[in-house]
Amino acid sequence: MEQTKIEFPPHILEEVNRVIQMFPQDKQKSAVIRVLHIAQAQFGWLSTDVMDYVARLLHLNPIEVYEVATFYSMYDTKQVGKVKLEVCRTGPCMIEGAEKIVSYIEKKLNIKDGETTPDGIFTLKSVECLGACGYAPMLQAGEAYHEHLTEQKVDELIEMYSKNNSSVNYMGQ
Amino acid sequence: MSETVEKIKVTIDGNTIEVLPGTTILNAARMVGENLVPPPAMCYYSSLNGSGGKCRTCLVEVSKGSEKDPRPMPKLVASCSTQVMDGMEVKNNTSDKALEARKGVVEFLLLNHPLDCPICDQAGECHLQDLAFEHGLAHTRYEFKRREFDKVDIGEYIKLHMTRCILCYRCVYTANQLTNQREHGILNRGDAAEISTFIEKNLDNEFIGNVIDVCPVGALTDKTFRFKSRVWFTNPMDATCECSKCSGEAVVWMVGNDIARVTARKDKFGEVKNFICNDCRFNKKELTDWNITGPRHISRDSVISANHYEAPIPSHTILLNNA
Amino acid sequence: MSRKLLLQNDHIEGIQSYDVYRKNGGYQSVEKALKQMSPEAVLEEVKKSGLRGRGGAGFPTGMKWSFLAKPDGVPRHLLCNADESEPGTFKDRYLMEKIPHLLIEGMILSSFALGANSSYIYIRGEYMFVLRILEKAIQEAYNNGWLGKNILGSGYDLDLVVTPGAGAYICGEETALIESLEGNRGNPRMKPPFPAVKGLWQRPTVVNNVETIAAVVPIINHGGEAYASIGIDRSTGTKLISASGNINKPGVYEIEMGITVEEFIYGDQYCGGIKNGKKIKACVPGGSSVPILPHYLICKTASGADRLMTYESLADGGFATGSMLGSGGFIVYDEDQCIVRNTWNFARFYHHESCGQCSPCREGTGWMEKVLHRIENGHGKMSDIDLLWEIQSKIEGNTICPLGDAAAWPVAAAIRHFREEFEWHVNEPVLSQTRNFGLVTEKILNPA
Repeated sequence: MEQTKIEFPPHILEEVNRVIQMFPQDKQKSAVIRVLHIAQAQFGWLSTDVMDYVARLLHLNPIEVYEVATFYSMYDTKQVGKVKLEVCRTGPCMIEGAEKIVSYIEKKLNIKDGETTPDGIFTLKSVECLGACGYAPMLQAGEAYHEHLTEQKVDELIEMYSKNNSSVNYMGQ
Repeated sequence: MSETVEKIKVTIDGNTIEVLPGTTILNAARMVGENLVPPPAMCYYSSLNGSGGKCRTCLVEVSKGSEKDPRPMPKLVASCSTQVMDGMEVKNNTSDKALEARKGVVEFLLLNHPLDCPICDQAGECHLQDLAFEHGLAHTRYEFKRREFDKVDIGEYIKLHMTRCILCYRCVYTANQLTNQREHGILNRGDAAEISTFIEKNLDNEFIGNVIDVCPVGALTDKTFRFKSRVWFTNPMDATCECSKCSGEAVVWMVGNDIARVTARKDKFGEVKNFICNDCRFNKKELTDWNITGPRHISRDSVISANHYEAPIPSHTILLNNA
Repeated sequence: MSRKLLLQNDHIEGIQSYDVYRKNGGYQSVEKALKQMSPEAVLEEVKKSGLRGRGGAGFPTGMKWSFLAKPDGVPRHLLCNADESEPGTFKDRYLMEKIPHLLIEGMILSSFALGANSSYIYIRGEYMFVLRILEKAIQEAYNNGWLGKNILGSGYDLDLVVTPGAGAYICGEETALIESLEGNRGNPRMKPPFPAVKGLWQRPTVVNNVETIAAVVPIINHGGEAYASIGIDRSTGTKLISASGNINKPGVYEIEMGITVEEFIYGDQYCGGIKNGKKIKACVPGGSSVPILPHYLICKTASGADRLMTYESLADGGFATGSMLGSGGFIVYDEDQCIVRNTWNFARFYHHESCGQCSPCREGTGWMEKVLHRIENGHGKMSDIDLLWEIQSKIEGNTICPLGDAAAWPVAAAIRHFREEFEWHVNEPVLSQTRNFGLVTEKILNPA
């Protein structure tokens, strides 16, 4: 594994500062949620080192960052693939066949729900309601919503992301 | 301030008492005295800011909101975080609804609790044990695998046994308010939430040992005392020492002539008023460290009192002492 | 044809952009308010309109605003709750994605009425693509003088920020939202104090849903009375309904309060009937938290009256035979759907989303999920059904925030109306695995 240095490049730091300045001067803790999104986009997942770095940037106790990072379901405190396929599994999506989509992807990628492909490209994760109930079944990959899924559409998505996966999970800035 | 604040009247289970505005129902109930058993509290801790409201064991029924607005409150309220109003009438142990809800809460709290009292150091002074005895069902209806965590050492002196934790948050508030940097907190969410340092870190601070005393269950225990004795075989004595960091007012728990452990002094509601430093708690284990002032008063209902002074001293201890 | 007050322009090409929005009458209400009206007058119109919170609870907005404490020298805040996460609900996303400036316009009006000079839109993290649309629109609004210092020369200043969550349904609860906005875990606060007194950073705060804030725009444009003239009873104006499930035309519809449920389900301009010519079995009219209605209580109330799309009519009969308008998340189930499976699915959702702060919800939601999973998978016992009833009754009303109630109600309602189906799962563990629900549905559709 190549080691990435835990430090934002200047243009990202600029973005972090913009986020911090959205809040009153002594309230920079408010920025932690978005900064963690940015960090996850930059480093792939939130390792302890990444969270400690965010804590330093925002002058927080590391434990305060760990508490937040482990509360919200979008953050990954374990390593994941370059493309997270997050299939909504709640109510309306279930009636419209979300489970079939999940098992289709499981078969196609030969991984189970929650696992990552050996090449480190795809992680499959079924998640709770993403607010696309009328366009079910659906999945989110990075920031993009893919709705009205069919097996054919899943094939196309996987093909597309297999080829182009460098900045899919890019979120937060 | 010379003006006198007018007291307000509240009636709890038929006992009327006058309290200062801003007093919670729970604290008012505690002030009533002998005629009233106050609501149980597993998470509220009067000296810790922000504590309370979470465990829901102290739910009471407000049958009359106030003199001004006598309507009853639609839901049971957490007595630890609801302030009294003038003329309020509260049903605590006289409310079937509240007792029923508490029974439910006890069942919820015990759902994932390992019930390993026979091997738990807290047994005998565990608030959950008392609560279950007073308010619980005789059996559990939960038939699934219980939540389990590995035991971890957080620092040299403290053992964290998360499986027993009821997530009262007291230890987090303690670390926040008593020490200069909090290293542990609540991680994850829902029933996966846990007390942790995230990375196995030492809780290293002069007052961090107090998390053991505020813990209502056996989740945080004193490693210097682990498995040394059951509490009901110990003789608790009030003791003082000269200490530059804390009041030096503590309780030493004796087994024979040995100090098995040191804790802060708890009041009749199980709360510490004067927190003690780690030095007093973990390092002063010699009789010469302390000036013993007399036996510690322990509630007559406690098992600690049950065979108080007749505690059999384990034979190996006698041997060691005589050696 | 139903009148539209929010989505009347959603079909216009480019309405996302400032120029097109402005050309179609956008920001006129801000001109009117800031040039001709006082904050009190704006509040008065909102009170007259009868507008009620569109996030689910339906609390009168004007009243909520009038509770806001106004101590001298303490800043006040308006927070827009765009954490839309209630299963079945996707209307706020539609509104923000299609017409972002409508929300911004509403934020300016509402902030002005409340005397707030910095306001925040808290949007769920998964809607990051919508956040970007909003950020762009906010920038356009700044560039055109609708935000910032001395708006329209009125002396009124407003800064508007949009900030994301990161995946937590609980942050739709207003005090959890505030905690999250402060950069904390989304644990709801104990109340009192209420946000109107001590909210964001301990300052007086109002939290309103996206649709509620957007509705202030037509209220100021047309007047509170005109708004109140639409609808029935205390359900005034229009409401966005997110329609999903086994219907021909799922999507977001703006309805006039008071149309019949029957028209909404079967009317061509709305859901267009049940898909594949099937029969309707059940309906959750207000998002996953509200009680499910069996087919015979959907279009008619228990007393035989037409059920209307209003707060009052959907709640007619209480929980025994009614439900709630809630957030307007309208989920329709056809005869092939399994209620036990759906109830388990919702229970799993609430288990996953419980913050874990208070014990009944933390422990009870997981317990319900496990028992339901057992029944659904053919390992249930008859006593499990009563056990479920017991558990939900011990959660409901005993938790810090309404998530406990939201988890308890769907379970209670499913057992209340579909007990036979639960029993069938217990009695026929193998048959129920075939998911052939014709048999049970027939029984339920034609009770002897």
